[in-house]
Amino acid sequence: MDIDSNLRREIILDNYQNPYKKEKTNDSSYVKVNSNNESCIDNLDFFVKVEDGKLVDICFDGEACAISTSASSILIRSLIGKSIEEVKNILENYKRMINEEEYDKELLGELNVYFGIQPNRKNCALLPSKAINEILRRVSDGEDNQNR
Amino acid sequence: MNREDFPMLQKDIVYFDNGATTLKPRSVVDKMVHYLEDYTSNIHRGDYDAALRTNEEYDGVRKIVGDFVNCDLEEVIFTSGCTMSLNMVVFGFMKNYLHKGDEVILSKAEHASNILPWIKLSEEIGIVLKFAKLGNDYELSLDSIKEAITPKTKVISIAHVSNVIGDVRDISPIGKLCKENNILFNVDGAQSVPHMKVDFKESNIDFLSFSSHKMCGPTGVGVLVMKKEHMNRCNPLCYGGGMNQFFEADGSYELKSGPSKFEAGTPPIAEVIGLGEAIKYLEKIGMDNIHKHEVELKKLLVEELEKIPNIILYNKKADSGILAFNIDGVFAQDTSIYLNSYNIYVRAGNHCAKMLKDDMKIKNTVRVSMYLYNNKEDVLKLVDVLKRSEDIFKVII
Ligand SMILES: Cc1ncc(COP(=O)(O)O)c(C=O)c1O
Repeated sequence: MDIDSNLRREIILDNYQNPYKKEKTNDSSYVKVNSNNESCIDNLDFFVKVEDGKLVDICFDGEACAISTSASSILIRSLIGKSIEEVKNILENYKRMINEEEYDKELLGELNVYFGIQPNRKNCALLPSKAINEILRRVSDGEDNQNR
Repeated sequence: MNREDFPMLQKDIVYFDNGATTLKPRSVVDKMVHYLEDYTSNIHRGDYDAALRTNEEYDGVRKIVGDFVNCDLEEVIFTSGCTMSLNMVVFGFMKNYLHKGDEVILSKAEHASNILPWIKLSEEIGIVLKFAKLGNDYELSLDSIKEAITPKTKVISIAHVSNVIGDVRDISPIGKLCKENNILFNVDGAQSVPHMKVDFKESNIDFLSFSSHKMCGPTGVGVLVMKKEHMNRCNPLCYGGGMNQFFEADGSYELKSGPSKFEAGTPPIAEVIGLGEAIKYLEKIGMDNIHKHEVELKKLLVEELEKIPNIILYNKKADSGILAFNIDGVFAQDTSIYLNSYNIYVRAGNHCAKMLKDDMKIKNTVRVSMYLYNNKEDVLKLVDVLKRSEDIFKVII
């Protein structure tokens, strides 16, 4: 999908101003991480509920810039309902795109709006994917512990 | 003032991040290069010409600092920076001096470097931290410090100028109050020493900390001025060469007295020499002139920004070159990225004063902090770009 810059901006702005699933949850069946970006002041909490190897629900809350917030919104929309393996694959390709490496364009859908992002915004764009990766790591650590 | 002295200003930038660090004038860079290229050698005990020269230059800076903040040169300790100086006060001196239940007065507008060491010490030895109330504009007044004092108060530890609000605390009367009540006065001078005249003796300060890099000098060096009478009681945080009289196999040892006791190992020699040059540079311009210049620029900036409806100002009153603001509804970092696209350098964040959010109800602001080389054109350029900020997302996305 080649996106013209106006449309691109519109999508990002819409997701910044009306972010998808920007809400807190106290439900203990969700795994929570706080993602604090070292290079900036974004500070977001992510909540993921994993059931039968699927990310059945994801939400996020906090204060962050336009890029981090919109990327969280778009990413969450594209991940909910997918299996852990599918999610890992999308996150990996998303990271590759941001880092200007080869990636699977088809797989990323609307996330392609961050293609060619300015270098000083890369960390902002990667903030939600790092957070969700961290949650997946904790989920699999937790399972390891149970199996032991 | 003096823009031509600063190589970085040859580029088309507006540098408004002086609270974080300042630009370096050519004379400071040259002075350091001179040491590095022409007489590199270590201090202490050298018998050859270059080493004698280095000793002379290095020790000369103690006198320059002493004259600059009005203390004795035997009270000047070189550290790695303001943060280290403050940690030396807390863990070198206070840990020895304070006891469980003793009270230390701080404010919530302090920099992390003047809060976290105290939190750690209170965890270690059970001292009690009390936060003096901030006023309407988040300023810290003499009265609210008076209110916080109890018979158990042993220390008042505050910044002379706060790094977010920029309010200039009334340190002379506070120092007097300390003296009358047998309270030690620890002053974080990171944001004041570079910008105005600070008088260690007159303000009855016990400990004064500041960093070279915020005052036209290099990174990696700072100063702790410690009243002579406290030096014996203060433990060094670092042991090694240059700070001992003798040590023996039976475990006996004796430390040097005076500043050397706190300067174990090879210090940042080039940086100390650079700091000396930076102070000379500032004194040539005059600290009162620098302060006056910054306050005038801030006044102009406030006047102009007040005309823009969607700009929120947080510290109009503060009598320094620091202004904290937001564009209504825009995350502070998005604003700073927007300004960067016009080569205007500011800082967005909580500015290491994380407790201030309790009082301000917002976590992040954009901070403009001025210095001697900023001018009216810088201010008007910022104002102009902010006036046009309705297209901010077009610019940054
Ligand atoms: C008020 C205040 N105190 C302490 C510091 C710490 O200075 P440094 O990082 O140079 O050690 C700063 C620096 O931002 C400051 O603004």
